[in-house]
Amino acid sequence: MATQIAYKDVEIGTELPAAVFPVTRDTLVRYAGASGDFNPIHWNEKFALEVGLPDVIAHGMFTMAEAVRVVTDWVGDPGAVVEYGVRFTRPVVVPNDDKGAVIEVSAKIGDKLDDNRVRVDLTATSEGKKVLGMSRAVVQLA
Amino acid sequence: MALDQSFVGRTYPPTEPYEVGREKIREFAEAVGDGNPAYADPDAAKALGHHDVIAPPTFVFAITFKAARDVIADPQLGLDYSRVVHGDQKFAYTRPVRAGDRLTVTSTIEGIKSMAGNDILDVRGEVHDEAGAHVVTAWTKLVARAAEGE
Repeated sequence: MATQIAYKDVEIGTELPAAVFPVTRDTLVRYAGASGDFNPIHWNEKFALEVGLPDVIAHGMFTMAEAVRVVTDWVGDPGAVVEYGVRFTRPVVVPNDDKGAVIEVSAKIGDKLDDNRVRVDLTATSEGKKVLGMSRAVVQLA
Repeated sequence: MALDQSFVGRTYPPTEPYEVGREKIREFAEAVGDGNPAYADPDAAKALGHHDVIAPPTFVFAITFKAARDVIADPQLGLDYSRVVHGDQKFAYTRPVRAGDRLTVTSTIEGIKSMAGNDILDVRGEVHDEAGAHVVTAWTKLVARAAEGE
């Protein structure tokens, strides 16, 4: 673990640089292959509609993977993340066009913990609606 | 149909080892568009104090979820897997997963609840390396939505 971010330099409420992550059907096919999650709701529109979804949706774990990038990009060393949890509150709907969807992620220091650790509270939205709830990471700082 | 509460606390035998490869980590990082050099360049990972390239934080889910699926496919449990959605996910890491790891998962059913016709199942997966050292714990909440008309 070798982050450059010092515990003493952050305060509760300090905001991390926010980020926007695009997601298209192509992204989902790639993620399905890399993760081994081939559930057709993530690539087959006909199937998604049949099970009552508005369209193909992104893997929840894809959204979770993107959200934590705000933390790992900030801290530098991904190994500094010691805890990470989310609630999947709403799916990210991915239309079959060139634009797809975007996941917007912001984060701030929610608390300063013992042993130079901080709790980062994440907010992830798509189309202005929250897609992850209770999204928090605990990060080891220098 | 309410699930059998006697399954709460049940632990299943460890899975066969999953060998984590550098190229698999690279493929996963590319799939989420993450260019952090610690995922692809062993020297960059070593500069951060790691033994080899490390995996993104959520990479291990592919391994723990496969183990959890084996648990929830237990016909005695009687879960309708076709109606299962992912509710919550949490990880607690002792260290990051890295290339060369041979990981086993030991799954335990931590809770079974029925709420408004939905079955809610909490599975904890303890991930250990070949030396038997703890790497990460994954908590997965699965919700089997009520069938139509129930």
